[in-house]
Amino acid sequence: MNFDFSDEVKMMRDEARRFLKDRCPPKVVRRALDGAAVYDKDLWREIAALGWIGVAIPEEFGGSGIGYEALCVLAGEMGAALAPVPFSSSTYLAAEAILLAGDDVQKNEMLPEIASGECIATLALAEGAGNPARNAISTTYRNGKLTGTKWPVPDGAIADQAIVVAKGGAGDIGFFAVPLEGDGVTRATLRTLDPTRNYATITFQDAPAVPLLANGRGWTVVETILDRAAVLVAFEQVGGAEAALHMAKDYALERFAFGRSIASFQAIKHRLADMYVALELARAHAYYGAWALSHDAPELAGAASAARVAATEAYYLTTKENIQIHGGMGFTWEMDCHLYYRRAKALALLLGNANYWRSRLIGQLEHLEAVE
Amino acid sequence: MDFEDTPDEAAFRAEARAFLDANAQRKTRETRVYQSLELDDAAVRKAQTWQAKKADARFAGITWPRKYGGRGGTPLQQIIYNQEEENYVVPRGVFNQGVGLVIPTMMTYAPPETIERYAPPALRGDEIWCQLFSEPSAGSDLAGLRTRAERRGDEWLINGHKIWNSNAHFADHAILVARSDPTVAKHAGLTFFYLSMKTPGIEVRRIKQISGVSNFTEVFLNDVRIPDSQRLGKVGEGWKVAVTTLANERYTIGESEGPDFEDIFSFARAYALDGEPALANDAVRERLADWYIKRQGLKYIRFRTLTALSRGQTPGPEASIGKLISAPKLQDIASNGMDMLGMAGAIMDDTAPMNAWFQNAFLYAPGKRIAGGTDEIMRNIIAERILGLPGDIRADKDIPFNEIPTGRR
Repeated sequence: MNFDFSDEVKMMRDEARRFLKDRCPPKVVRRALDGAAVYDKDLWREIAALGWIGVAIPEEFGGSGIGYEALCVLAGEMGAALAPVPFSSSTYLAAEAILLAGDDVQKNEMLPEIASGECIATLALAEGAGNPARNAISTTYRNGKLTGTKWPVPDGAIADQAIVVAKGGAGDIGFFAVPLEGDGVTRATLRTLDPTRNYATITFQDAPAVPLLANGRGWTVVETILDRAAVLVAFEQVGGAEAALHMAKDYALERFAFGRSIASFQAIKHRLADMYVALELARAHAYYGAWALSHDAPELAGAASAARVAATEAYYLTTKENIQIHGGMGFTWEMDCHLYYRRAKALALLLGNANYWRSRLIGQLEHLEAVE
Repeated sequence: MDFEDTPDEAAFRAEARAFLDANAQRKTRETRVYQSLELDDAAVRKAQTWQAKKADARFAGITWPRKYGGRGGTPLQQIIYNQEEENYVVPRGVFNQGVGLVIPTMMTYAPPETIERYAPPALRGDEIWCQLFSEPSAGSDLAGLRTRAERRGDEWLINGHKIWNSNAHFADHAILVARSDPTVAKHAGLTFFYLSMKTPGIEVRRIKQISGVSNFTEVFLNDVRIPDSQRLGKVGEGWKVAVTTLANERYTIGESEGPDFEDIFSFARAYALDGEPALANDAVRERLADWYIKRQGLKYIRFRTLTALSRGQTPGPEASIGKLISAPKLQDIASNGMDMLGMAGAIMDDTAPMNAWFQNAFLYAPGKRIAGGTDEIMRNIIAERILGLPGDIRADKDIPFNEIPTGRR
């Protein structure tokens, strides 16, 4: 039994924590919050130079190929620091889409630029409100051109390239690479709940597009991308939830009312205990997800679903109760409580809501029972 | 990351499995139904037979020294054995107190000849132990107990009223905490003893629980005489000894018995709700997913504990959240299982699914949230010992016990 990360991976985690503590304190996050910058370009360049973006991309395609366990712990630290960079879009969504759907020539063309951070990429999936669904896709590819409207697209305001999920010639779901500065592409930045994560509407009108060629399984590939991303986002959520729990605990210990530390009241202690329980459940599932992801195990879909739900619930609970424990101060713009509260909801919505994943989880278990 | 045993662990697991295969029936869908929790004489004898077999094969008291009949094994081996035993239908619950709590306490506080006298029969199931700790006015606040212990030469004279004692009606021996000095602060005036349940002056009355079953008792102690040689720890240091016992208790209380996720999942697949399988209902799926996440999350948390033990490290504190998750989950699964049946959920005869497991669990689950540390005490433990939050302000702090205000209940 070795249900833990290797010492090498733990060392990377500790280094990442130190780096982000120094380079991504709340004032950096607040520059994006206050609209001074959509994302932190310097931070993005630095994490690219550290090799974080390409940590799970094979060496032959410009990454370091260290693996998914490393990417999981880096995700946890990015989540804890609320880093205002397009890490999830480029790394968990676009790079994974190319790895799953592109052929070797395309991987060679596209992945090195993504791994180096030169190209910010994203996955354009949604076409309006609702959870991910095959029948919600109406964007169409025909004769080398893509037409349709995608919104909301994560990091759509800053991305250089999109991997667009669209219907191909025969109506099958496929993946199409589109440079976003090219012809036939217009985009509008959307005002969002969490300004440290930007979204855009992207309209394609006969935009030149390149189909990814390796795979014809369409929607199944979309679901695999979502499963992989769900594990990685669960690590971001667990990282953020842990940060919110510590914030709440530290504040409760320092705040005195009725002549005593409010951390000595059971109303506060029991709330913090419940936050801890939710966090540890989420962490346990995220670890299992890391195992399934790094071993490309058939258990991935179920593991990802459970991790996604547990982490979404834990992040929501810890961030809303963090504000509550801070009292009125927690409701002010100056305190950092709302940064986590906003991020918790933004991540909860990123890949389909928790009930979508609950149903997916039960679907997986039905399937397993049927196989038995 | 991997879930493989080391060669040593695999060998031990195979040995445990071979023993269980040879001596017990594997659980099946058919055996996952309600079975009466009432322990009558026949059930106790059956449990004793099983315990003796386990002891002979040195699977009882795996972490005990060999000279007392144990295996001299590791906590990891105990967990591996428990994992395997969970898959078999075996009698449970009669010997937890003796093997899990009493003898380990003796190993810390008693002279070798006492351990040699009591450990082997406790391990083989020949002697059954109970615990005389809680009182009508001392539950979560155990140190507020009032049973008096008065020194009379080489003996102690005990008078008081104990309650929530599991299995006291067929126990041979008991451990007891009593107040030897009411004029000092509450934790400072306690002393710890062991005694035979046949000592004159002991009266046991069974308590009928809301489930209709009577596994708990109350015990009245009237002028019970205990020799001073049956004291564990120093006079006035009984609390310290009791804390050792209670720390061991948390190891012995693991997952609540079902129905668990897999039971209600199978039921929801087979059972029609409003004209379609209950599993097709979105509200049912949502709840099932949450129970799966809790049950499976605890399993993964145990994997982390195993990993630490396997490396010779001390497990992290995360294992202490188990009871707080599993007991309320049991209650919710029982309640929701009955909901799926509509009005028929109220029917508790043998036509009810799984031998009326949901209905019975609905009635025994409240006890699981109270016994061995209430949900509230578990939250205090997490808050204070894991998160490092301060204890609550105590109205009885530094006050002599006999001057502490009391209520009417």
